[in-house]
Amino acid sequence: MSSIRLEGVRKQFESRAGAVVALAPTDLAIAEREMVVLLGPSGCGKTTLLRLIAGLIPPTEGRVQVAGRDLWTGDRRDPAAVADLGVVFQDANLFPWYTVERNIAMPLAMRGVGRAARQARARELAKMVGIAGFGQRWPRELSGGMRQRAAIARALSYEPSILLMDEPFGALDAMTRDTMNLELQRIWTETGCTIVLVTHSIGEAVFLADRIVLLSPRPGRIAHVATVDFPRPRGPEVQADPKFAALCADLRGRLDRM
Amino acid sequence: MRARLEWIASPLLLLVLLGFWQWYVTAAHVSAFILPPPTAVWSGFVYLVGLKSTWVHVWVTIEETVAGFVLAAVAGVLIGVPVGKLRWLERTLNPFIIASQVVPKVALVPLFIVWFGFGSTSKIVVSAVIAFFPIFTNTVLGVKSIEAGHRDVMTSLNASRLARFTRLELPSAAPYILTGMEVGIVLAIIGCVVAQFLGGNAGLGYLLVAEMNAYQTDLLFAVILLLTLVGFAFYAAIGAARRVLIPWHSSGQAQP
Repeated sequence: MSSIRLEGVRKQFESRAGAVVALAPTDLAIAEREMVVLLGPSGCGKTTLLRLIAGLIPPTEGRVQVAGRDLWTGDRRDPAAVADLGVVFQDANLFPWYTVERNIAMPLAMRGVGRAARQARARELAKMVGIAGFGQRWPRELSGGMRQRAAIARALSYEPSILLMDEPFGALDAMTRDTMNLELQRIWTETGCTIVLVTHSIGEAVFLADRIVLLSPRPGRIAHVATVDFPRPRGPEVQADPKFAALCADLRGRLDRM
Repeated sequence: MRARLEWIASPLLLLVLLGFWQWYVTAAHVSAFILPPPTAVWSGFVYLVGLKSTWVHVWVTIEETVAGFVLAAVAGVLIGVPVGKLRWLERTLNPFIIASQVVPKVALVPLFIVWFGFGSTSKIVVSAVIAFFPIFTNTVLGVKSIEAGHRDVMTSLNASRLARFTRLELPSAAPYILTGMEVGIVLAIIGCVVAQFLGGNAGLGYLLVAEMNAYQTDLLFAVILLLTLVGFAFYAAIGAARRVLIPWHSSGQAQP
């Protein structure tokens, strides 16, 4: 069974200048435990596509299915389908009025999980994402990378089967970014969830993905799908593989021709 | 070294100013009716503080100010939150809000005295009306300034309206609301004192007018000093509320 299925999904935004088609009718199926990267230049609709899967915006036409359930019925979202989705944004978007631990545990508090269980789970998650011992700090006391780790922990707190990430490391420096990509691969292996990640970095896409969905702009649509079959777990040495460079060059060429 | 200097500098400056005041009054032979020397103000202050009736006036002023402020705070937040959230409501109310902002509120004092009499009610109403606007406008601004990314988080978590309000909207607007309260509490005292000028026989505003009529300029200064101290206490109370309610916010931290 596929984890995510899009059938004829189209998105149009109304603006003063008229309607803008952000995403042309698109079909896409993502398998369970797959790591799919949406890659493309700005304005190609990759973020729109991710927000459609996340249920943050409704499609103008078409169906979005998550774990076999329709995400939208009319203009209502299916809460059970939403509960299967964890979302990480480009900014960590931690709430500055909560400590790191309370931020991580907030989705659980909203689900009525008891205090002790919440704390235990938050500690466990903080350890998994590599920020153990920072639970009592304010978000502003953490570095950008650590805040993003906390955001991932928050998204994983209620054990969604799918993790959606919108340029999660885009605001981080290159070195932190490389570390976070390694960490994400480990977290993905440990949790066994499906990941859909948006990026405009070709190297990041090739390093992480099982499958790269290349989007082109005006209107946003899927231009090409590339399968990446380097063995897992991948370490930094995979970037030295000639096949890695070849795949990057191929994608680069396709992006340049857009 | 520098921190120590700053510690000494402020009191030192105050002493210099007081010294200059004392010297000027003596050297220029200024009448004590116009400007009494600081020594006279101080002895007037000590005398005033020793009177039981003074404390009644202080207490009345505090009561009326606090009552007015609390009314303003409750109304400001309760009306400000929906106005900040609903654009159509804001657009509908906007002309009225601007009009009532522009009216000089102290000009309404005689009207309120006509309506509510010479007792405490008119003072409380004046305080409340004056303190309402900064609290209200800051609440609206606070609710409108909630980050889109934070809203996305709540949507992705399928948050209920209540959860959105208690976990996102209220804490996010809290620093703005407290800033409005900081301005509001000072205005509440002003409103209360001005209302006391015009009507009634209690409160520090009344006492000011009474000392003026008695040509007791030294006591007039003493009452001003007393009012300043009351104002300081209120301002400090809001500052303390900041540190307790929003310790996460940079404005709630102690200055380094």
